[in-house]
Amino acid sequence: MTTQHAPTGLIGASIRRVEDPVLITGRGRYVDDVQLPGMLHMALLRSPYPHAKIISIDTSVAKTMPGVEAVLTGADIDLNIPSPVMIPGQKIPPHPVLARGAVHAAGAPVAAVVARTRALAQDAANAIEVEYESLPAVVNAEKALEPGAPLAREELDSNICYTATKKGGDVEKAFAEADHIVRMHITSPRQVAMAIEPRGAVANPEPTGDLTVWLSVQSPHRVRADLSTALGFPEHRIRVIAPDVGGGFGSKGPLYREYALACHFALKLRKPVKWIATRSEDFVTVIQGRDQAMTSELALKRDGTMTGLKVRVVANLGAYLCSNTAGPPQRMMAMAPGCYQIRNVHVEVVAVFTNTVSTGPYRGAGRPESVLNIERLVDKAARELGIDRLEIRRKNFIRPEQFPYKTAVGVEYDSGDYERSLAEAIRLSKFDDMIRDRDQARARGELVGVGVSTFVEPSGGAGFESGTVRIERTGEITVLTGSSSHGQGHETMFAQIAAEKLRVSMDHVAIRHGDTLAIQQGVGTFGSRSAVMGGGALCLAIERVVDKARRFAAHLLEASHEDIVQTDGGFAVVGTPDKKVTWRQVAAAAYGRPLPGIEPGLQETVFYDPRREAWGFGAHVALVRIDRETGEPKIEKLVLVDDCGTMINPMIVEGQIHGGVAQGLGEAFREQMLYGADGEALTGSLIGYAVPHAENMPPLILGETLTPNPFHPLGVKGVGEAGTNGAPSAIANAVIDALAPLGIDHIDMPFTAPKLWNAIKKAEGE
Amino acid sequence: MFPASFGYQAARSVEEALELLTKYGEDAKLLAGGHSLIPAMKLRLASPRYLIDIGRVPGLSGIRIDGDTLAIGALTVHADIVHSDLVRERVPGLSDAAGVIGDVQVRNRGTIGGSVAHADPAADFPVILTALAASFVAVSPSGRRTISVDDFFVDFYTTALAPNEVLTEIRLPLPPSSAGTAYHKMAHPASGYVVVSAGALLNRDSSGRCASARIAIGGLGSGPLRAKAAEAALQGKSLAAEIIAAAAAKAGDGANADDDFYASAEYKLHMATVLARRAMEQANQRASKKPALS
Amino acid sequence: MAAEVEFASVPISVTVNGAKHEAAVEPRELLVYFLRDRLALTGTHVGCDTSQCGACTIHLNGRAVKSCTILAVQADGAKIVTIEGLARGETLHPVQEAFREKHGAQCGYCTPGMIMTAVDLLEKNAQPSEEEIRHALEGNLCRCTGYVNIVAAIKWAAEQMRGRNVSR
Repeated sequence: MTTQHAPTGLIGASIRRVEDPVLITGRGRYVDDVQLPGMLHMALLRSPYPHAKIISIDTSVAKTMPGVEAVLTGADIDLNIPSPVMIPGQKIPPHPVLARGAVHAAGAPVAAVVARTRALAQDAANAIEVEYESLPAVVNAEKALEPGAPLAREELDSNICYTATKKGGDVEKAFAEADHIVRMHITSPRQVAMAIEPRGAVANPEPTGDLTVWLSVQSPHRVRADLSTALGFPEHRIRVIAPDVGGGFGSKGPLYREYALACHFALKLRKPVKWIATRSEDFVTVIQGRDQAMTSELALKRDGTMTGLKVRVVANLGAYLCSNTAGPPQRMMAMAPGCYQIRNVHVEVVAVFTNTVSTGPYRGAGRPESVLNIERLVDKAARELGIDRLEIRRKNFIRPEQFPYKTAVGVEYDSGDYERSLAEAIRLSKFDDMIRDRDQARARGELVGVGVSTFVEPSGGAGFESGTVRIERTGEITVLTGSSSHGQGHETMFAQIAAEKLRVSMDHVAIRHGDTLAIQQGVGTFGSRSAVMGGGALCLAIERVVDKARRFAAHLLEASHEDIVQTDGGFAVVGTPDKKVTWRQVAAAAYGRPLPGIEPGLQETVFYDPRREAWGFGAHVALVRIDRETGEPKIEKLVLVDDCGTMINPMIVEGQIHGGVAQGLGEAFREQMLYGADGEALTGSLIGYAVPHAENMPPLILGETLTPNPFHPLGVKGVGEAGTNGAPSAIANAVIDALAPLGIDHIDMPFTAPKLWNAIKKAEGE
Repeated sequence: MFPASFGYQAARSVEEALELLTKYGEDAKLLAGGHSLIPAMKLRLASPRYLIDIGRVPGLSGIRIDGDTLAIGALTVHADIVHSDLVRERVPGLSDAAGVIGDVQVRNRGTIGGSVAHADPAADFPVILTALAASFVAVSPSGRRTISVDDFFVDFYTTALAPNEVLTEIRLPLPPSSAGTAYHKMAHPASGYVVVSAGALLNRDSSGRCASARIAIGGLGSGPLRAKAAEAALQGKSLAAEIIAAAAAKAGDGANADDDFYASAEYKLHMATVLARRAMEQANQRASKKPALS
Repeated sequence: MAAEVEFASVPISVTVNGAKHEAAVEPRELLVYFLRDRLALTGTHVGCDTSQCGACTIHLNGRAVKSCTILAVQADGAKIVTIEGLARGETLHPVQEAFREKHGAQCGYCTPGMIMTAVDLLEKNAQPSEEEIRHALEGNLCRCTGYVNIVAAIKWAAEQMRGRNVSR
């Protein structure tokens, strides 16, 4: 993609990242890099059983082992991870930091040890003897709904956590009058976020009685509040620091048990305590993504007009609720009709407990499931009705003049031009050539398929975000953002905004984030929200600071407030560019001798809430070849056209798309967290769970359209999840297109070679 | 993640290693590059009481020709085998196999001796070395012996090495210029270990027919399997594509593959035939590129 | 007679980034923790426990290796280079420069290991093809970049180094 940016503007320029000099020289500071004098280390003993009663725990040997300072079990500690009621009537079974009486997922912590070194802590944890009585376990959400299924949480009367519905129009009428109904059952594979940095915590009791905690988290303020609730320790006495965070992708959003435990030990022992997850621990404790089973019906007219949609989603929540576990199914519901005008929609979510790791937001968080569902339905409809699959999409797209557009499920999309996006993807992919090549290959007996996915990409939302702009005494600029970075380049992107709007060079701007002591209340980074929400807050704070600064400038320049305009590096009197002051002079006035009628200081804080999400969109096209002999799939072309409105830093935008696509390709071809029939984790480490390597990535062709967000001060929409949202369903459609000559009309992801080979063999035998 | 505590001693010579092995008996394990043992120790799947580090014992590393034999020191790292011109020219199948083990960093550190002594059923070297009719030189306080590859791999993670023996060298007959070797693998997408693999050594007679063949399959059992039915099907035959394909179809004969969460037994048996065919075809091509000895 | 087996601590001597260090280490101490905890060289990261991710990649006697799969005692007498030892004062190694120039880092956690692997590659192959670059990264996982800009950075670095004749 060629990037175009304004010749002088910082917003829109592919500026090299401010963060990088530290990271590329090994001077980043991640949680495990925090070393405090006298620091102790925590290790946990975890249940090997997915569901069991705890009969007894013997810690006597562990307590006497060298270097051990404390050992706790669920009998000693009654702390729970709080989970908010997100859906009325939702059941919230206990989520204890250490199992009390029973375990409900393999990996649930049963005992905790604190010792002088990590190795000694691990040795002692291994020396704890636990007697379990295994209970029947259930891991598949649909099976958990069958009569007679084991109860994942024995204290409840069913496995259903909640049922929620979104509907609009007259669905029954639409289906009664339909010329054709397409039916599908689709499951999305359970995925592991696999941020390369495992989770970790360092808790330090301060001499004042306060508590400082370094955490590898995406939302320091939210986690602090939950930590306070879990510990029963006042929020304002806790300082959470999210230092450099090595990736998150949603998985580092919530408070986890180990964080509360480390804090509990630190407060109790009055010593710093560190806990760093091993990769294998993360595999059985970090919230996992997807795992929604969707049963759908799409009603159409003979000409391809979509008139009704019914979706029943069975969402696997796992055994314990985290603060955001209910998020992805909600998201799935809100975007079920995708980019199509379907006026009669009924979506129901049945959220189910199972004896598996908790689920929650993972890059996309309901979006990829929803896109997969509607895009597979649309392709199948086109095939069954004998309509071109591009044509059926174009026919049903929400048209540009219809925005803002309120969908049947009550959500308002701000803007879009879906047909233009699809046209660009067709142009870049040389679509007709691809189809011709596919048909020739098919005639030779080869399995080649082309797939398309057109999709919407909601971003922002989740309440507010905060931004503070402070002009320091010397005129330097500090920005405090509630949006905490974990690799997205906030320090660069927000500095571009601030520098451009304040008309200074970027080196006069420092972006600070990720420390609850320094930063006003904030929300965090997830759901493609930082540029939209953090950027919006920053813009408004800048406007207010500039407005106030003009009053100081007016005083200094002996002009009226209305006549002061911004110039490079400061302010001037309109029409008299020689009469000017610098930011330094303005700041000196702001913090100097009080001026009549102006409150001293030059700092403004905005809590930004646009009361709507930003709806980006895109069109992805994939060409896939499957080796008939081995089942091995190969992606031969992948075209990604995304529209995220105004781009602040196109280089960073592209990087976000690249990373999202890689995770989307992981979902499509390789990644799936698997549990055995008895609930044991089969892919509980990187030996079993396959993430993409450099060699697995095809060349990417990126394209863009630009439809500014009319409701945002910069016109931006989020883009962080574009790759995970669009690419998997384009690939799924391509794989099924390749297998269509064999009569195959659906296979669930991931498309591994053994799975495809089995499907081909079965189809050929029939 | 940390191994359980253990006692450690670096041996300066094979003799010293033997002395320590004798002293500590079955409680001791030899450590070479550590790329099989240390991962198992970190996961506490192995917790030896004593480690005797032979990693820096001089004289156990390197690749040389000894008459009509290729001799590879047990401490030779995979990368040195991959980059050896000698191996690439004379036994390219071994080079292929070494090149698909683990990754760059693992190949820079893992040793051939450590790999074969670990006898992981999903490892590459056991398969190609079976095809290449390798033998293993083991030294014990009572002397040295040579173990044929057909006797060496006993079971899952079990070799014929006695607890007081040190593996010092891997030897294989240099294939004649009329022979070709190859190794093909389907790797697990996560671990990189063998799902199924096939190694082939084909020797052509002056008329281009198959004078002898050794075919080994990995991933189907507790260790490398000789595909004897496939070998027999080639014996004395022309090496035409359809003959090779027919022989390859027998590559899984008699094997008992297991279903696992990645691949079914049926798929593995099928892939054994596919990979065996590819390995045989490539071995045959390599053989036919060289002038046949008269 | 061989010396007694040692449980508690074994003396080692290693040269790290040009500086010699003598220490006594417990045999089970992994090299990566020796570097991180003893020498405070925290740029070498731990991302997994099964030798897959490559975040801990360093150079040991001139070869890229995974320091999570080596005991500190095995490194006795070795010369080690970590990410902290690549730059010459303020002058970055071209591969480091390239990661900035081409946006090869996002969260930065895999970055030191990626850079160390890339430097190892370019020392052995000054003109790698894209395929060779991707293959050389088979032991390093990144979850942020899709590898696109990492590969671009390594290509760029190779060009720079050919022009400059860089050595370490």
